[in-house]
Amino acid sequence: MTAAAATTEVILTPAQVRRARILGIVELALAAIVIVVFAIGSEGDGRFTLSQGGVDAPDLVFPAATVSYIVAILLAFLGARQVTRGFGDKANIVLGIALLLFIVAFLAWATAQSPTGQFNMTSMLKLTIERSVPIAFGALSGVLCERVAVINIAIEGMLLGGAFMAALVGSATNNVMGIVAGVATGAVLAWVLAVLSIKYRVDQIIAGVVINIFVLGLTSFLTVRLLAENPHLNNADVFRSWDIPLLSKIPVLGPVLFSHTLFVYGLFILVALTTWALFKTKWGLRSRAVGEHPKAADTLGVNVYRMRYLNVILGGMIAGFGGAWFTVGLVGRFDENMTNGRGFIGLAAMIFGRWHPVGAMAAALVFGFADAIAGKLGILQTGIPSQFLLMLPAIATIIVVAGLVGRSRPPAADGQPYIKE
Amino acid sequence: MSDEVTPDEGEERDQHTPAEETAALLKEVSGVGADWRTALLVPALAVFTALVIGGLIIAVSDVELLRLWADSPGTAIAESWAVVSSAYGALFRGAFGGARAISETLLASSPLILAGLSVAVGFRAGLFNIGAQGQMLIGGMLATVIGFALEIPVFLHLPLALIGAMVGGAFWGGIPGWLRAKTGAHEVITTIMLNLIAVQFIDFLLTTEAIQRSGRDDPISKTVQISARLPRLLGFLDRNDLRVHAGIIVALLSAYGVYWILFRSTIGFQFRAIGRNPDGAKYAGMNVVGLYIGVMALAGALSGLAGANQILGVPEYRAAPGFAGSIGFDAIALALLGRSHPVGVVFAGLLFGALRAGGQQMQAAASTSIPIDIILVVQALIIAFIAAPALIRAIYRVKAADAGTGQLTQGWGS
Repeated sequence: MTAAAATTEVILTPAQVRRARILGIVELALAAIVIVVFAIGSEGDGRFTLSQGGVDAPDLVFPAATVSYIVAILLAFLGARQVTRGFGDKANIVLGIALLLFIVAFLAWATAQSPTGQFNMTSMLKLTIERSVPIAFGALSGVLCERVAVINIAIEGMLLGGAFMAALVGSATNNVMGIVAGVATGAVLAWVLAVLSIKYRVDQIIAGVVINIFVLGLTSFLTVRLLAENPHLNNADVFRSWDIPLLSKIPVLGPVLFSHTLFVYGLFILVALTTWALFKTKWGLRSRAVGEHPKAADTLGVNVYRMRYLNVILGGMIAGFGGAWFTVGLVGRFDENMTNGRGFIGLAAMIFGRWHPVGAMAAALVFGFADAIAGKLGILQTGIPSQFLLMLPAIATIIVVAGLVGRSRPPAADGQPYIKE
Repeated sequence: MSDEVTPDEGEERDQHTPAEETAALLKEVSGVGADWRTALLVPALAVFTALVIGGLIIAVSDVELLRLWADSPGTAIAESWAVVSSAYGALFRGAFGGARAISETLLASSPLILAGLSVAVGFRAGLFNIGAQGQMLIGGMLATVIGFALEIPVFLHLPLALIGAMVGGAFWGGIPGWLRAKTGAHEVITTIMLNLIAVQFIDFLLTTEAIQRSGRDDPISKTVQISARLPRLLGFLDRNDLRVHAGIIVALLSAYGVYWILFRSTIGFQFRAIGRNPDGAKYAGMNVVGLYIGVMALAGALSGLAGANQILGVPEYRAAPGFAGSIGFDAIALALLGRSHPVGVVFAGLLFGALRAGGQQMQAAASTSIPIDIILVVQALIIAFIAAPALIRAIYRVKAADAGTGQLTQGWGS
């Protein structure tokens, strides 16, 4: 479906033209900010250190003002082209590149400004991968559900529920069982979502919100009532990162990509697996048919309800796995509302990634980057209040959703219950 | 599930005159033409069932009790009953047991009603406003600033602070409306993100010199002046513990205002028209962009008033982080429970106010100390049962009016 849309030349509607203009103007505005704020005010050199975790690499030294001017020129070029000619269905990628360029200029400026004048780029990128983990799992979960036309707003609740149960069971037994519990929790919550939205045909967004509120309330309740009084039940072993032999010794790439916990490797594998399964297997073809035209699929003998149940529960398991990352993958203990909107950001990543696993992963990396920057910039002492940095992922989400949701087309039957005649 | 109308087909009811339309909607809120007893049955059973399940959760989450189950199940059942009944007893006393409890219930109800109206207005226009929290924060903050910064007489100060709250909320609510109309960005995502942004923004404001209380390190605003406070209704009784204030009157007036706008004015008719069938509304010549912005701004203004309630009406009369609490979430539940009708929202708001006030008592009472978060669980269950009345019918085998939510919101593509 996406392949067909990508190859045929589409005649743009006025709305699409306007959207292309808005995107172009956003990119031009970024260029203006880079010149006014970063380029003019910059003095001296910044130093990006690239060595990390015992893997050496040379430092990258650069004059901050020059970098900013180059970035501004590139941004202006992209924006001008976007306004005049448009990038068609590459607009998403172009916006992603524009945001990246902007961030490079920002980091160059911030590094040159900071008292130490240096910034560890490799550790920043490593953190980006880590922070994108829950967002990517959430986005993958969303892809599986929405490919069969079930909107999954409950990703947030599934992450939170998975995190809680992983901490609880992981503390009581071991962290492997913690993951199993997280996955099972995601599956149960997804089953509830499926029953509500497929069997009882409750508005899917409301069904999702019900699950989110339920999980938030229940986990907060149990945290106070159960975990606070029994701290040993909220103290799970954290999975340690595992260096892949040889690969982890590559400068920069090694620490960034091959020195992680099993959650990151699991994510890479899962992205490849779902991409293959969605586009190369019978299951994938049936899923997509159910999402695009359930009636046609039904006529051809596909069991629409069964496909929807199956995919939604699989999606829940993926979200539950991602939820387990918060506790047994990161800190070992559960805190109230510790997912803090990451599930919704995952949903935005899914939209940004155009309902494709690889796209969703790439989008999650963008959000992970925003998240990582918010975490790392405290070190640079930019003078920007931390609260504004913490807004970054949310602002990025709004820009992405506003800029792109109309362009990228969801599965045709998305959000609609199917009634078998 | 009797009415199987897919969103594409629209509804023919839009063809009727406003008067007929109003009659139909009143019927809807009172039970889809069925007689009123069955109409109330589902909400009543939904609340009851949710409380029962909440009780089960309270009993099961007690570690001591769980150990008892292994030794002697009989005692365990008796003990569980004791724990749950004492918890709900404390809840009931906290909500209705005496003048102070009722005053607290009304106190908790007023922001809930206002925020519930905010969500309800959105539902009527087919928009899902999860952003009540952020709109409360921005509106409430503006009311706070007006409240402490100006020195003007009370008949100007209080209205100005309330108007400020409405403007702040309307602005914050208007953004997702504008984004939805112009770019198609789904309001569920944008309102949630605006909530996150508002939380951080308020945290930041509370540490700025202009707003932070002088001599304090923690993020707390200056105190609102007496002339901008919502007066206590029972102040003449000279009892310090009766905290109910004029906010409840603001809430009831707003409910009437929303009723009038939705069912008596042209713009309200248009709001409901875009909710029923946006394409139809567009072809009928309505300004869909303006209506989306307008309805979200109205929703935001109502939430802003809810935020002002928490500052201008409640001691210590100042803003602190998270002063919106979980009211934004509660509002979703009570808008659904009240079937997005102002009258329904008022009653649902009173019920949730009672749950909240009682829940606080339940949490505070040393004998029970049940975390108030259980109220969120109960509310989520209420929404589930209201949204899927077939569940209730299956549990109780009753033939209740089939007033499911059906398709209330729209997906990403539309």
